[in-house]
This record gives sequence, C-alpha cells and structure tokens, in this order.
Amino acid sequence: MEKIFAHPKSLRNISTHYCAGCGHGIAHRLIAEVIDGLGIRERVIAVAPVGCAVIAYDYWDFDCSEAAHGRALAVATAIKRVRPDNIVFTYQGDGDLAAIGTNETIHAANRGENLTVIFINNAIYGMTGGQMAPTTLLEQKTATTPFGRDVKYHGHPLKISEMLALLPGVKYIERTSLDSPQGVLKTKQAIKQAFQNQIDNIGFSLVEILSPCPTYWGMKPEAALEWIKDVMSKEFPLGRIK
Amino acid sequence: MKTKKILMTGNEAMAQGALDAGCTFYAGYPITPQNELTAYLSLHMHTQGRVFIQAESELAAVNMVFGASAAGVRAMTSSSSPGVSLKQEGISYIAGAELPSVIINVMRGGPGLGNIWPSQADYFQATRGGGHGDYRCIVIAPSSVQEAYDSMFLAFDLADKYRNPALVLADGILGQMMEPMQNHKARKPQSRKVNKPWALTGCIGRKPNIVKSFYMREGDLEKFNLKLQRKYKNISAKEQRYESINTDDAKIIIVAYGSMARIAKAAMNRLRDKGKKVGLIRPITLWPFPEKIFSQITKPQSHKVKFLVVEMSYGQMVEDVKLSVCGKSKVEFLGRSGGGVPTEEEIAKAVLRIR
Repeated sequence: MEKIFAHPKSLRNISTHYCAGCGHGIAHRLIAEVIDGLGIRERVIAVAPVGCAVIAYDYWDFDCSEAAHGRALAVATAIKRVRPDNIVFTYQGDGDLAAIGTNETIHAANRGENLTVIFINNAIYGMTGGQMAPTTLLEQKTATTPFGRDVKYHGHPLKISEMLALLPGVKYIERTSLDSPQGVLKTKQAIKQAFQNQIDNIGFSLVEILSPCPTYWGMKPEAALEWIKDVMSKEFPLGRIK
Repeated sequence: MKTKKILMTGNEAMAQGALDAGCTFYAGYPITPQNELTAYLSLHMHTQGRVFIQAESELAAVNMVFGASAAGVRAMTSSSSPGVSLKQEGISYIAGAELPSVIINVMRGGPGLGNIWPSQADYFQATRGGGHGDYRCIVIAPSSVQEAYDSMFLAFDLADKYRNPALVLADGILGQMMEPMQNHKARKPQSRKVNKPWALTGCIGRKPNIVKSFYMREGDLEKFNLKLQRKYKNISAKEQRYESINTDDAKIIIVAYGSMARIAKAAMNRLRDKGKKVGLIRPITLWPFPEKIFSQITKPQSHKVKFLVVEMSYGQMVEDVKLSVCGKSKVEFLGRSGGGVPTEEEIAKAVLRIR
C-alpha cells in the first residue's frame, strides 16, 4: 500500500517549546512538508526571526541562519544574492516583519528580491509577554494596552501585506489562516506557491498566516480559533492580495 | 618589470584593495567622507560580476554583510562614524555568530551628527567592542593610501583566519587624500580560498549548518563566551602590529596612529634635525594593541623614556598606552577633536614641554 502520510524529513522529530494551541508548530510543519514535496531540502537556507520562533532552526532540518530582530530580509537578501541557486526564505512574526523590520521588509520587497517570506500574524508579541503588536486589533487588550488598543493613541492595525502589494517588485501575496483544517490546507497551498515562485524565478512572494496565540489572547485554544474566524479575519480579510 | 604607480584617494584604494582581496559582497549606505568608496565599488563590483547593494540603511547594510558572510563569501560594508554607530547591532551579532566580515570606518567628527571633518574619536567604540556583549573586533589603522589598500588584504585574511569581524579604522584625511600607490596585480595573487565548512550552502551530503549567536540553555553562553575569550587571547598574542622609528636612543617617543602618525612623524623629523632624541611608535593594529613593544621599551631601568600620545580625540588610545607602560614611564597627551588636527608645530612644542 502506498504511504501517503509521514513525518516530514525537513522537520526534526522532537517536541517544540511552543504553548498549547500555538500556530507556530503547524506553520513549521507545513513549511517542512512543502519543502519535502518540492524536493528542495538540500537547497534551502532559512532565516529565523527573533520572537517565539527564534529557535525554529532547532526544529527544521536544513541550513538556517539567525537574524537580528527585524533584519531577516536583509540577511536573506544577501544570502540569495551570493547563492542564487539556493532557496532562501524568512520566517517572521508581526513585530519582526511589520514593526522593527518594516524598513528591511519594504525595501527587500521593492527591490523585488526573489525570496519567500512566511509572515506569522498573531496580533501580539508572544515571546516578550504579550505586548501590543503593529497588527493588534482595536480594543484588543495586551500587556501594554491594558485598556485595549485605542486608535487615538496607537493608530490602526497595520496591514503590511496590502501595503506591500502596491510595490511592483512584489509578485505574490496571500493571506491565510490556521483557524480550521481547510485553512491549514489553504495555507499549505499558499506556502507551496510562494516557494514555487522562487524556484521559477518569479520574485518576491509572501504568505501572511493568521495564527492563534491562546496564551496571550487569554483564550482557550478552541476559542482562539473562533476568534480568528469571527474577529481577526474581519480586520485581515483572507485570500489572494496580489 | 617596472610596476606602475597610480594616483588614488584612500577611499578608492580601500575599495580596490577589497576587490583585489576577493571581496564578493558589499552593502553600504551613503555618508560623507567615505562616499567615493561606495561609488567605486558600485561600478567595479558590478562589472566583475560581484554583488553590490546600496542598502536602505546602515542597519540593513551590516545585516546583509552578516548574511553574505554566513553564506561563506568575503563580505564588507563601509561607513563613517554616525553610520558605524548604527552598525554596532550587526557587528555584535557578527562577533557572536563568529562570522568573518570586514567593516570600514572613515571616521568623522562626533558626537551626534558632529561634522564631516577628520577625527579619531571612535577609538573606544572600535577597540572595546562597540555593541553589546563581551566581544572584540580586530582593528587595523592604515596611515597612507598604500597602506589603506594593503590593509584590506590583512583585514580579510585575519577575519577568515579567526572567524571574527575585522575593522579598518581610517579617518577623513586618509579617505580623501590622494597619494601614488601600487596595487597587487603585478604580484601573483594569493589563493583566497578558505575552507568554510560551517557556511550556509544548502545541506547537500552533510548535516544542516546553523549560524547563530543565541545560547539559551543554562551555562551554554558562558561556555561560548569563554571560547571567544580564548580566541581573543590568541589573537592578542599573535597579531600585534606596529611601526617604530628612532626608538632605540629616544628619550621621548611620540605615539600616534593613522593619518595623525604622518604629522607626528614630520614633527619627530623636525626635532631630530635639532638634535632632540625623539622617536615614534605607530600602532597598526589598535586591537590587539601592540603592548609588547611598550613593555619592551620600558623594561630596562637604565633607559628612561617618556611618551607623548597624539590623537584627533580628547584622549582614547592614551589609555591603552598607559595600560601598556604600566606606570613605568610618564605618558603625556596632546589631542584635538571635532575637526581640529594637531599640527606639526603643536606636536613639536608639546614634546619640548615634557620634562
């Protein structure tokens, strides 16, 4: 009988440090499955972020670099430029990609670097204890918005994917969600597309993944998935952006 | 064969030196007084099929150098003082990940935006680490356009040898002035191939490589930092470089580096012409500081010598000279900063004032 499901080769068979109900584990696995499926494990060079996924390289089983907080796309740009035959991707959270690294993000995108970007949007800073992120929703309570995010003081949630879509250098942007099995499958498809684009030299491709953080949303895992569906995806509509 | 000399600015010479030393990746951001270097490389890196990126910021530039070095190629960035302050984040990560990278600082006046006049006020920043954490950069201070060119070979070689960031510390005078120099094209180029089994190349036929500076498990970072300290001790023992002139019979020795040493040398010659026994020590590596030559000179009790440290700062290298002579000799200081450059005459007068 044909074996149709197995532990991905690109993912080490160890348990992660992530909280119960966190989306990072699912996203890590989807990336590993896509890389296995495309047969590119030995060509891949990943750039890990600073944030909850800082030790993603302990879980993936391919070459990986760290990057200072927000600088993943600068590091990735250089790796891809000097090794154009390798497949280079960054994995970044909302604080990393859309706050401290906004400059690197916009300019790598604008240069049209042939890179794949996996952008985990969980509307919060997880690793440091649940502070307001650029993508935190209005009225959402965090460690640094105890009265909820107030547009008067904090502005609106930043829709960086829509901003990036304006740039001619950007070839593909899709927003997906890990809130359901269907969402997970769609996310895998989008990740695959973003890698395929790099293989085909199409250019800058980004997948924004709405991902649950039950711990710092103060919710049970099931409620966190509901919240993505009912609240978060209203602010960040799913689908192909570019 | 007679080799031709060419006229170049220090900035261009460092750029050409980087090219000839096998620099494959450059990222930079405009800042005066080092712009000629970036412009020169934007042309020549491109025509030679290497990578040149004008980055969106100094932060991006130095982190690009982190990435290119992690991928195993010779990589460099350059800037001037305020820009080098911005690069400190990346330099700390480069030191922590033990990547061989080269950073040029064509120093200008500070603090803050300061001005674009020459300065040596970034000595502390360069030699003490500069960013966060216990680390050291190898620091090379050229004094002529020829040496600026040659320094690039040394910087890349030492960076590769020790897997460590190497800084070339120049200043606005050296960056801007033109002198005849000779490039190494006439010589047979050395093989610049260095084996880098740790580099990120894709894990074909080997276990995955990870480039990182992050050690969360208890005790791991301390162990790693001790390994760094052993490396630094080794560099300190083996890589001290300096030039000494007329020190054998000198009663007073001027200590100066970079373009300041050129003026100090002129002052020394003027005093020698008048029969004064004056010498010069010019540190070439600022870290490791050439302390051995100082202990050598101050050792014999019979030979009492005094030092005058001259800097385009209000006293930074003078601390290393004092640490090196360890109270055995008098150490005087002459310095100007913010664009002021001690003149030949001021130096000569300061020497004569020493009792």
